[in-house]
Amino acid sequence: MLPRGHLSSRIPFSFVDGPGNRFVVFMQGCNFDCVVCHNPHTIAECNGCNDCVDRCPELALALVGEDVQPALSRDRCTDCDICIEVCAFDSSPLTWWATVDEMLAEIREAAPFIKGVTVSGGEATLQHEFVRRLFAAIKADPTLSHLSTLVDSNGAAPPEVWDALAPVMDGAMLDLKAFDPDVHLRMTGAPNDQVLASIRYLATRGLLSEVRLLIVPGLNDSPDMLDETAAWLRSVDPAIALKVIGFRKHGTRPVADGLSEPEPEALSAIGRRFREAGFDQVAVI
Amino acid sequence: MRMDEYQARARAIVEDPNLSFHQRKHHLAYLAESALAYVPLSDAAREALDKQVICDLFEGAAPYRARYILPDYAKALAQGSEYLELEPPRNLEDALDFLLILYQHVPSITGYPVYLGDMDSLLVPFTDGVSDEHLRAALRRFWIALDRTLPDAFTHTNLGPADNRVARTILDIERELFQIVPNVTLKVDPEITPDSLIEDAVQTVFVCAKPHFVNHPLMCRDLGEAYGVASCYNSLRVGGGAHTLVRLNLKEVALRHSGGVERFFTETLPHFAELNAELIEARIRYLVEEVRFYEHDFLAVEGLIDLNRFSAMYGIYGLAECVDILMAHEGKDARYGHDDEANELSYRITKAVADFVAGRPMPYTDGNGGRCLFHSQSGIDSDLEVTAGTRIPIGDEPAMYDHIAAVAPHHDLFGAGVSDIFHVEDTAKRNPEAMVDIIRGAFTRGMRDFTFNLTTNGFIRITGYLVRKSDVEGFEEHGARHGSSAFAHGSVVNSHVEARSVKRMENRERAASRAPQ
Repeated sequence: MLPRGHLSSRIPFSFVDGPGNRFVVFMQGCNFDCVVCHNPHTIAECNGCNDCVDRCPELALALVGEDVQPALSRDRCTDCDICIEVCAFDSSPLTWWATVDEMLAEIREAAPFIKGVTVSGGEATLQHEFVRRLFAAIKADPTLSHLSTLVDSNGAAPPEVWDALAPVMDGAMLDLKAFDPDVHLRMTGAPNDQVLASIRYLATRGLLSEVRLLIVPGLNDSPDMLDETAAWLRSVDPAIALKVIGFRKHGTRPVADGLSEPEPEALSAIGRRFREAGFDQVAVI
Repeated sequence: MRMDEYQARARAIVEDPNLSFHQRKHHLAYLAESALAYVPLSDAAREALDKQVICDLFEGAAPYRARYILPDYAKALAQGSEYLELEPPRNLEDALDFLLILYQHVPSITGYPVYLGDMDSLLVPFTDGVSDEHLRAALRRFWIALDRTLPDAFTHTNLGPADNRVARTILDIERELFQIVPNVTLKVDPEITPDSLIEDAVQTVFVCAKPHFVNHPLMCRDLGEAYGVASCYNSLRVGGGAHTLVRLNLKEVALRHSGGVERFFTETLPHFAELNAELIEARIRYLVEEVRFYEHDFLAVEGLIDLNRFSAMYGIYGLAECVDILMAHEGKDARYGHDDEANELSYRITKAVADFVAGRPMPYTDGNGGRCLFHSQSGIDSDLEVTAGTRIPIGDEPAMYDHIAAVAPHHDLFGAGVSDIFHVEDTAKRNPEAMVDIIRGAFTRGMRDFTFNLTTNGFIRITGYLVRKSDVEGFEEHGARHGSSAFAHGSVVNSHVEARSVKRMENRERAASRAPQ
């Protein structure tokens, strides 16, 4: 049997994951460990520690057989999310493994309402083979082939992954957490060379839908770095669509406690800075 | 009513500091009508009415005008009016003046017109050679005049389904003026209405919670091409309308039921359904045969309305409570909007009433083949602990996708309109295309009426009509200029409409923890 995708969630309607209304699949597991992550329970695989089983007030979780991850009783679960809160390992017992056909069935139901499908995460490209098969199935289905297929990624994927996805993917939306490699390492626990390479690689192939710049005051908003970022992005493609997104503390871990959210005026000023640097499509969020 | 009681009530109206002169006059007229004997009813119907199992929406004891009148304004513009001594207009200004005058003479249950016509279709013929600036300036003056002369948001106009300069200009003016009058519906035909016009309307909703969207092909199937949406969510034939709207309180019906679900369908529901029909029939006969409204009103005399295009609206409400009560009878804790079994029961109930209405002959309803039009009634301000129409209770609505899936199957049945209101968060503003996708999807799924609103703009949708939040907040102190704001004040206090749950469809924090149901 073909491998299933490991999913943390899916929602039939999203306004914030690309153009129009979109069905979004959230994959479980990420190769970054961002200080600013506001979905930290999507980062890791369950290690079977069992803490959540004991803490579930509805007794909806139980270890079954040899499985590492506790099994969830949907009838009992009240969506209180305590299991996610108590997980010390950035995971969740609510994830599941889905086949492409199962996801297709759900997408068919939502199809009249959506412009496309976005695979997000976690980090979608870690499960690129599942993503590729899902997108290929969408493109091969006459009732779904009009839907656009987008990947939302941190960019840390080698060219082979993009090459594999390219025939069935309409575009990728990439984060650039910081242009400075040291700052990037501090923010994400990972270097940014692959991210920068992905941005260039996708842009030259017409597959870069947008680049998101998450602004965290004091971390990655220095005027110098912003100017360097702008200069580099312009060297890649001055037509890149940019989204300047203010960091929000909601959902973050204690590691982010010392960080602050940017003022709306400061964010607008950063948006202006990129517009003045020659980018026509700059959205500030 | 005893004379001293009558006098006390009249005095209370006359001296109510929160009512304007016109509002006092309207209330006094209602009081006078209330002093008359009610149209003749059987004891059973009388009791059901007194207990509010069936409800005449306080239309009055002796109806002397139709509830909703949709004059054929196109005909009026073409032929002029002898009664009003008006020539057919020849240019845009004349047409706008003509309409403003005519509106002052169109009655309805509120005393004012509830339907202003399909404004773009009416005016496009007068716009040849009119510059964009001229058109906008003229329409803007007209729009202000409507708001300042028509007293409430039950006044409704329609646009679409075809794209045109008048519709675009009106939407633009709506965004500028931020008025509650008139209320607006955009007719959407998936084949004809371009995405860009729907998106323009969506952008207008973001600013002022208007327009509503209706499924034009579905309306045409049930009412023919010449239909209009009046007041809020009341779809009727143009050149006709509805004599009356009487509604069956399904919650109260369920509370009077004992035994299993099957007996509800064979005994309890048919019993009260017939009493509701009896009340409708009595009111129609009085209006048509005793008052002879359709013989003397100049709209009828000049052919702008025709008795043969009228019907009556058979409304239902409280479906949510009805379903939950019946499920409890079966020992089940299944809720409407959340459980498949409860939803299936809800479809069976609306289908059963629809079948009853389709099989119950009704006099003077040639506008719908001798039958009432079925309607999911969107509530009035005095409704307590009973949910409007076939809606899911306020604050209990599931996420939008599930919400649409639950309510859409009802829409096919309600030729005279049905309402479900969807509240979306501000993020939608950055992606208006997404709302266009959802509206198209909703119509593909068979929805008839689609209304959404942002949680953050300055308007609040009550039962379908709009009030400005600032008007409601200030009402206790100094009254409000629009009559519907006073109703809305009661509605906000009584049913927590402001607590309608916000659909956080973009909330990854919650969403990212959901596994399949």
